Amino acid sequence: MPKFKPHIRVKNLNLFYEGHHALKDITVDIPEKEITAIIGPSGCGKTTLLKSLNRLIDLVDGIEISGEVIVDGEDIYSTKVDVTYIRKKIGMLGQKPYPLPMSIYDNVAYGPRIHGMRKKKELDGIVEHYLEVAGLWDEVKDRLKSPASMLSAGQQQRLCLARSLAVEPEIILGDEPTSALDPISSKRIEEVFIALKKDYTIVIVTHILRQAVRLADYVIFLYMGDVIEQGPAKEIFENPKEERTKAYIGGEIS
Amino acid sequence: MDRKLKEAIASKLMLLATVFSSLLIFAVVIGLIQKSRPILATHSLSELLLSSSWFPLRGEFGFYPFIIGTIWVTVLAMLFSLPLCLLTSIYLAEYAPAKIRAFIKPLIDLLAGIPSVVYGLWGILIVVPLIKDYVAPFFGYSATGYCLLAGGIVLAIMVFPIIIAVSEEVFRAVPHEIREVSLALGATKWQTVKHVALRAALPGVIAAIVLGFSRAFGETMAVMMVVGNVARVPSSVFEPAYPLTALIANNYGEMMSVPLYDSALLLSALILLLVILFFSIAARIVLLRIERRVM
Ligand SMILES: Nc1ncnc2c1ncn2[C@@H]1O[C@H](COP(=O)(O)OP(=O)(O)OP(=O)(O)O)[C@@H](O)[C@H]1O
Ligand SMILES: [Mg+2]
Repeated sequence: MPKFKPHIRVKNLNLFYEGHHALKDITVDIPEKEITAIIGPSGCGKTTLLKSLNRLIDLVDGIEISGEVIVDGEDIYSTKVDVTYIRKKIGMLGQKPYPLPMSIYDNVAYGPRIHGMRKKKELDGIVEHYLEVAGLWDEVKDRLKSPASMLSAGQQQRLCLARSLAVEPEIILGDEPTSALDPISSKRIEEVFIALKKDYTIVIVTHILRQAVRLADYVIFLYMGDVIEQGPAKEIFENPKEERTKAYIGGEIS
Repeated sequence: MDRKLKEAIASKLMLLATVFSSLLIFAVVIGLIQKSRPILATHSLSELLLSSSWFPLRGEFGFYPFIIGTIWVTVLAMLFSLPLCLLTSIYLAEYAPAKIRAFIKPLIDLLAGIPSVVYGLWGILIVVPLIKDYVAPFFGYSATGYCLLAGGIVLAIMVFPIIIAVSEEVFRAVPHEIREVSLALGATKWQTVKHVALRAALPGVIAAIVLGFSRAFGETMAVMMVVGNVARVPSSVFEPAYPLTALIANNYGEMMSVPLYDSALLLSALILLLVILFFSIAARIVLLRIERRVM
């Protein structure tokens, strides 16, 4: 049993894509206010698992899902739960930056606005604050009204992060959030993540082992839909118990 | 043959074809201007455009009633079709399950293939009597049913398939990921459609509407069959009107013994063409501005 306080508890999660068993009886605990990295070879189910954590997986047609994902003591798949509430609480950063087709300001204000905030003053404050947190404010403060698409990819990804943070989630999911970025932009995103973990529970999927080593406190190793091993990052990287984890970390399977 | 040579020939051929087709529009415009000269020489443009007296035998050619008729029929058609088309295309692209979509899509495409005359007949058999017996009396008018409203309804139904097909494609071309972004922030489906999908699709939707407008403006046969064709400025939607296209189609080749008549008709064709050109150019400008603002 875990020695930490879990923020998300996944229990016996099974997921089928039209017959393809993509997640096999997953049971994992994700620690609060730490960075958890989900690692594993391509196609092992990392994205699927991540999207199951904020029910974005609901958007895929023809899936079958069973098991529980308990966040703050509540199963997010329970029929009583309002899915928009879950997604507000659990933010997501995608693989590529997708700015909404509107200005920089409106991108960050989008979330607060759809959740009912109308006051210009408060919105201004939120936009500034979260652009600061994402490390973008200084670069964009003079052109908040210009289209978000004019930013570089690295800036766009930080904008997307600010946009996610602006709805005040407790948990942030990142699906290979730096894979489309240059090394310098990746580094900036990594720094922001490290700074964020004092307030947020963070789960990232990554292909890059060294990134996992740099960021993760806790690691989940997935292989063909199975959780092979999970534990504190140090243990997994320095002293993996399972043969397949050793092979993956040693670079023999990728 | 040498690949480079082939390349050169192919690109030249394409250039030639492009030049030829763009020259066509100039050829048409110049031809029409040429033919409208006689009437422009004897009548002032403002008289032609703004006078309501249409007495070709007396040499009076006031196009005002026809211009108003054209505008009204088009505007009515757009008023009826726009909300329905938008809602339908949003439903098909965003909400409809794949099965329903697969069933409805071909039906709508089929509508586009129905010849204009058939719509006209349908208008005469269904729309005209309906207006005469129910709609007009309900609003306290007595009418033959051959009127602006009938023209607008028939035309609206004719532009349906184009607008729906084009705007549905446009909605589907909006990347799925930006919808996901919105939903992942906790937006509802409708919020996502309204603030994200519709916004991203806006330029394309406007293009679809302009396409619809152009068709509505130029459509002749079906409208002519139900709109009454009386050369008078209509004072309500239950009165007959006489759009420009109907004027040309009804009279060209028939009344040619009347002096200046053919010149007058070709002038009206020119006006029609210029208005449609104006629309397309205006739409392009709007499109460009929107793209620059939101994209
Ligand atoms: N929409 C879908 N329909 C059917 N099968 C899918 C779908 N999405 C993913 N899969 C399959 O489920 C498995 C897991 O996919 P997933 O995208 O979760 O892998 P991943 O670990 O994120 O891979 P990568 O590292 O390449 O991103 C794969 O075998 C994939 O082919
Ligand atoms: Mg993935």
